Amino acid sequence: MMTLDPLILSRLQFFWVVSFHILLPAFTVGLACYIAALELMHLKTRDRIYLRISVFWTRIFAISFGLGVVTGIVMPFQFGTNWSRFSDITSNVIGPLMAYEGLTAFFLEASFLGILLFGRKLVPPWAHGFAAVMVALGTLFSSFWILAANSWMQTPAGHEIVDGRFHSLDWMAVIFNPSFPYRLSHTVTGFLVTTGFVVVAVAAYHLRHGRAVEECRRMLSMTLWLLTVLVPLQILLGDMHGLNTLEHQPAKIAALEGHWETQAPAPFIVVGWPDQQAEVTRWALEVPYLGSLVLTHSLDGAVRGLKEWPRDDRPPAVIIFWSFRIMVGIGLLMLLVVAVAAWLRWKGRLYDTAWFLRVCEALVPLGFAGVIAGWVTTEVGRQPWVVYGLIRTADAVTPSLTGGNVIASLAVYVVVYLLVYPVTLYYQLVLIRTGPVAEEEGAPAIAGLQRSLPARAAAGAVPEPQP
Amino acid sequence: MTPLDLVPVWTLILGFGVFMYVLMDGFDLGVGILFRRAPDDAARDLMMNSVAPIWDGNETWLVLGGLALLAAFPLAFAIILPALYFPILIMLTALIFRGIAFELRFKAAPSARHRWDAAFHYGSLVATLAQGFVLGAFVQGFRVQGRFFAGSSWDWLRPFGVLTALSLVLGYALLGATWLIMKTEGSLQDWARRQARGLVIAVLLAMGAVSLWTPFLGARMWERWFSWPNIVLLSPVPILTAWLALWVWRMIDRRSEVLPFLGAIALFTMGYLGLAISLWPNIVPHSISLWDAAAAPRSQAFLLLGTLFLLPVIVAYTAWSYWVFRGKVRAGTGYH
Repeated sequence: MMTLDPLILSRLQFFWVVSFHILLPAFTVGLACYIAALELMHLKTRDRIYLRISVFWTRIFAISFGLGVVTGIVMPFQFGTNWSRFSDITSNVIGPLMAYEGLTAFFLEASFLGILLFGRKLVPPWAHGFAAVMVALGTLFSSFWILAANSWMQTPAGHEIVDGRFHSLDWMAVIFNPSFPYRLSHTVTGFLVTTGFVVVAVAAYHLRHGRAVEECRRMLSMTLWLLTVLVPLQILLGDMHGLNTLEHQPAKIAALEGHWETQAPAPFIVVGWPDQQAEVTRWALEVPYLGSLVLTHSLDGAVRGLKEWPRDDRPPAVIIFWSFRIMVGIGLLMLLVVAVAAWLRWKGRLYDTAWFLRVCEALVPLGFAGVIAGWVTTEVGRQPWVVYGLIRTADAVTPSLTGGNVIASLAVYVVVYLLVYPVTLYYQLVLIRTGPVAEEEGAPAIAGLQRSLPARAAAGAVPEPQP
Repeated sequence: MTPLDLVPVWTLILGFGVFMYVLMDGFDLGVGILFRRAPDDAARDLMMNSVAPIWDGNETWLVLGGLALLAAFPLAFAIILPALYFPILIMLTALIFRGIAFELRFKAAPSARHRWDAAFHYGSLVATLAQGFVLGAFVQGFRVQGRFFAGSSWDWLRPFGVLTALSLVLGYALLGATWLIMKTEGSLQDWARRQARGLVIAVLLAMGAVSLWTPFLGARMWERWFSWPNIVLLSPVPILTAWLALWVWRMIDRRSEVLPFLGAIALFTMGYLGLAISLWPNIVPHSISLWDAAAAPRSQAFLLLGTLFLLPVIVAYTAWSYWVFRGKVRAGTGYH
């Protein structure tokens, strides 16, 4: 029977709130960039298709972003309520990184979001485009700082430990710690790809029903070009990130490969069931040499097994063995979709191949699943450490917490998120089903809260005749 | 080289951040608190529209306050947050419901709209009550052992907290009502005036009650206010507060549009000042001073470098965003 252990429960709670939260940046980082690109294209070309696509996605973005903000506020408070010892021990180093996230990103996003959502008729078009770019920049700054903090926990550098607390020695070394460039590029590219597959799916859905054809063709084409570049790039970045992990966190790699013995050459275990107690991977289906090839890029390179580390220092292999395979499988499936799309485009059948459009629709959750699987792989793979190799997760939890406290809060978060996420998803689906709509004559597309419009903005807001 | 003492600078920045949060989210939470009492649905539309473009930025000051506490005074963060485990949980979940109400109320079918009205109102009300309990628990102080909070997760639930919770509801409602006087016109504005007039008296009484109770919470606070010559030196604080409340009342009566809101802000400033006087120089009242809780000088310096540049930029574009949405909210110009 599971006892009410505040440590396990706090970890479960963190897993719960961060997993739900990460779904939103996974979508909004990419969508903010997409909206900014559409707004800039519209400013440059004056082609109103871009504007209609942008208005459509901006309404959906508003809901996701709002939920992202309120579930994001939960996160920094977790560090205090449940992980106060971690905060006390590490905040000299990661406190400033997280504060910089707030200063550079959150205000930028929040303030310019108001203009982006409600200000189209109140400010000149260039200022509205500028607001869109600022929101996108904000999401990227946010990714930069939070992943710098996260990467430092994975591959700490640039610090010293005095009286059991961390102190920074070199801020550049702290921020640009060994795993940061790889983690940042792999994560942000993953976010962009995730959004890309959502846009493709929505475009495919409307194309299949013959609605908003012009807009959806543009969406599908633009986004598939982007994905044709990003998906192979993401696989390459993933490989580089993996090699970086092998160098700095070899136990994580050993666990996610299911290797217990150090071998040269090492096979690649395609599927199997790592057994932490028995120290074997059961029912392993192996491809000889491939493990060495993937990890050392040579046929007979040595690959270390988990038995090289004391039992207490090993991450739970079975979780990350499988989350890693799910992530890689999703990446390969995406590569296949992109390749098929390129072939269909070459044949001139991209917009009217019904089965392909159906496949695109079905793949909406793919990116999100990939992001969660990747997140689990890297974070569970960090265990049993909270700061890799230095502080154990068990020593990071708040001492005053009781199991009952955390059960209560976890129950609240479970209930609230299970209520709020489906409801917001429903409203987004309603907007998605409506699709990009033709602009209404004279209707104030976006807010008016002032006495009178500035002349410039009013002039820019005169609706053009519909094609 | 002795490093420059950055603690006073960070105290000011943290104080500024928290105060900005209290004022800015204060008025939009206040609009939410008054929401259910509004005369009709049209009024509710306008009330929500008056804060919809800016609430997000307002709430960001809460994150900044939390992060500045973590980065600049980590020991305080590590002690205070566990002590406030449940009020923070309640506040965060209330803010979730209230936040998504902004996005969904105007997108909902008319039959479902009342649910989002309720989410907005009760979300605002409960978040404010939770913040009020946080305030009360904070002033009363926490049980500390070494570097940890040593009390129970229910220590915050005490009579003084009930008083501060109710007082904060009244205070935010006053900010909200005076905000609406400024942002609306016609019958809704008249309604907001009536609300504000009652609230200003209630707020004055609440502030009086909190002020009278506070010195009894600790010998140190008693001495701070009632020892000689402090009792004379500090006497302008309560006198000015009472005068301000009266002035706000008169400005409402004279149908001033902007001054009641500014007056309500001034009232909050006095309350905040009084609190600072009671607690100085502790960041965890009765036990840990600002200097004990401070982060390493290198960390404070590194963050200060960027903050001194970024904070004015943030204030500037926040001001721009308020400027864009200046003037009265009107019906029929909804953005949804």
